[in-house]
Amino acid sequence: MSAVAEERSARAPWALTAPPLMLFVGVLLIPLAMTVMLSFHDWGQYKGIEPIFILKNWHEIATDPYYAEMFWRTFRIAILTTLLTALLGAPEAYILNRMSGRWKSFFLLVILGPLLISVVARTLGWALLFGGNNGLVNKLLMSLGAIRSPIPFMFTETGMVIALAHVMMPFMVLSVWAALQRLDPQIENAAMSLGAGPATIIRRIIMPQIMPGVLSGAIIVFSLSASAFATPAIIGGRRLKVAATLAYDEFLNTLNWPLGAAVATLLLVALVLIVVGSNALIERRYAEVFR
Amino acid sequence: MRRNGPLALIFHTIFVIVMVAPILVVCLVAFTPEGFLSLPTNGFSLRWFRTIANYPEFIHAFWVSLGLGALSSLVALLFAVPAALAIARYRFRGRDALAALFLSPLMIPHVVLGIAFLRFFTSAGLGGGFAALIIAHVIIVFPFALRLTLAAATGMDRTVEMAAVSLGAGGWTLFRRVTLPLILPGVISGWALAFIQSFDDLSMTVFLAAPGTETLPVRMFLYIQDNIDPLVTSVSACVIAITMTALILLDRFYGLDRVLAGKGDTGR
Repeated sequence: MSAVAEERSARAPWALTAPPLMLFVGVLLIPLAMTVMLSFHDWGQYKGIEPIFILKNWHEIATDPYYAEMFWRTFRIAILTTLLTALLGAPEAYILNRMSGRWKSFFLLVILGPLLISVVARTLGWALLFGGNNGLVNKLLMSLGAIRSPIPFMFTETGMVIALAHVMMPFMVLSVWAALQRLDPQIENAAMSLGAGPATIIRRIIMPQIMPGVLSGAIIVFSLSASAFATPAIIGGRRLKVAATLAYDEFLNTLNWPLGAAVATLLLVALVLIVVGSNALIERRYAEVFR
Repeated sequence: MRRNGPLALIFHTIFVIVMVAPILVVCLVAFTPEGFLSLPTNGFSLRWFRTIANYPEFIHAFWVSLGLGALSSLVALLFAVPAALAIARYRFRGRDALAALFLSPLMIPHVVLGIAFLRFFTSAGLGGGFAALIIAHVIIVFPFALRLTLAAATGMDRTVEMAAVSLGAGGWTLFRRVTLPLILPGVISGWALAFIQSFDDLSMTVFLAAPGTETLPVRMFLYIQDNIDPLVTSVSACVIAITMTALILLDRFYGLDRVLAGKGDTGR
C-alpha cells in the first residue's frame, strides 16, 4: 500500500508537468532551433530561401560595417537608457519608501501602473510631446530658457532613450523598492545617532544596501531596451534602426528571412550571455545580501 | 525614519509629472475638436471617438485582441496550474530546470520569439492564422500565469487538504472542492496579468498577424507608421481606459504590488 503511494508520488510531478513540457519543447524549443538553422540558409531575390548550409549571412554581419554600427547603436541606446533609469529611478524609489502609507501606495500605483498600459499608447504620447520643432517639450524647455533653439527628438537617439527610459522606469523603481523593503530602518537611525550626516548616510549606509536592487533592475532594463521594438520603431522611424527593427524589416519588407534570422540569433545569444554573465557577477559580489 | 525634505519632494513631483505626461497627453488630444493633433484649448469634443465607428478594422482588431487575450490566458492556466502544483509540492530531479524552462519566455526577446514562431507556423501551414496566434500567446503569457499560481500553491495551507482526504475525498473531488478554491485568487490574478500581457503585446504579434487576424496594438502600430492623427489617440485613450479598469480591479482583488513584484524578474 505504502509502496504504491510512493510510486504514485514519484510519478505525479512528471504527470503534472508533462503537458506543459511537451508544449514548450514542441512550440518553443523547436521553433528557436529552426530559427538558428534558418540563419545558415541561403537566400536570393528570385530563388527565395534555399535550405543549404552556408555562412553567407554570418559573414555579411561580421564584415559589413552597417551591422556593426547598428548593433553598436542598439547597445549604446540600451546602456544610456539603463543609466538614466538608475540615476532617476533609484532616488525616486528611496523617496517613495519614506512616504507615509496612503501616499506611498498611491504613488506606487501611479509609477508602476504604466507598466501595464500599452507600449504603443505610451510611445505615441512621447511622439506627441516631441512632435517636430514646436512640440510641447521644446516649447516648455524654451520658455524656461533651458535651450535657445528646439532640440530634435523625433527620429533621434535622444528621443529614443527618453521614451525607452520612461517605458522601462517602473522595472527599475520596482527592483530598488524591493531592495529597500529588506532594509532595516533602524540602521539609518543608528548611523544618525553616531553622528553621520544625511549625505554620509546615503553614501555609506543606503547605497551599498540597495546596490543589488539597482543592478538587478539594470539587467532587466538593459535586456528589455536592447530588444525593444515598439518604441524604437515609432520614435526612430524607418531611418534609425536598432537590432529589433532591422530584423523586422528583413522579415516583413526585404523578405530576406535567413539574414533576419541571423540578426535575431545574434541578438538572443548576446543578450543571454550578458544577462547570465552579469547575474553571476552580481551574485558573487553581493553573495551576503542574497543569502 | 527621516521625512522627505523639500528637495526630495520637488524631485518626486517632477518625476511623477514626467511619468504621467505622455499618457495624459494622449488622453487629452483624443478630446480635441480640431481635425489635426492639438490639445483641446477651446472645448472638448467626442468627435474622434465617434470616428472610430467608421474604421471597422479597429473594432475588428479590438475583438481579435479581446478573444486572443481571454483564450490564450485560459489555455495557459490549464497547463500552468498542474505544473505549479507539481513544482510547489514535489522535490524531483529536473525540477529547477523545468521551472527555468517554463519562465524562459521572459528572457527571450519577443522579437526573436516572433521570428521563431513565424518560421515555425509558416512551415506548419498555420501562418497568419488565429490558431498560431493563440499558441504563440500561450507561450508568452505562461510565465505570468505560472508565477502567480505558484505563489498561491506554495502559500497554501495543506492541512485543509489532509482533512479532506481523511474525510474520504480524493482525486478530482479533492482538487475541485478543496485545492482549486484555495488557490483561486492566485489563479484569477494570473489570468488577469496574462490577459494584460497578451492584450498589449506588439513585438511578437506584429510578425504573426495577417490582415483579418491583426490585434489592436498591431493595427495601431501599422496606422502610426503611416500617419499620426487624433483618431489613433482616441483609440489609445480607449485602450488606456480598459487597462486602467483591469488594473484597479486587480489592485482591489489581489494587490498590485504583489502582482508586479515578480514581473520582469528574469526568471531567477
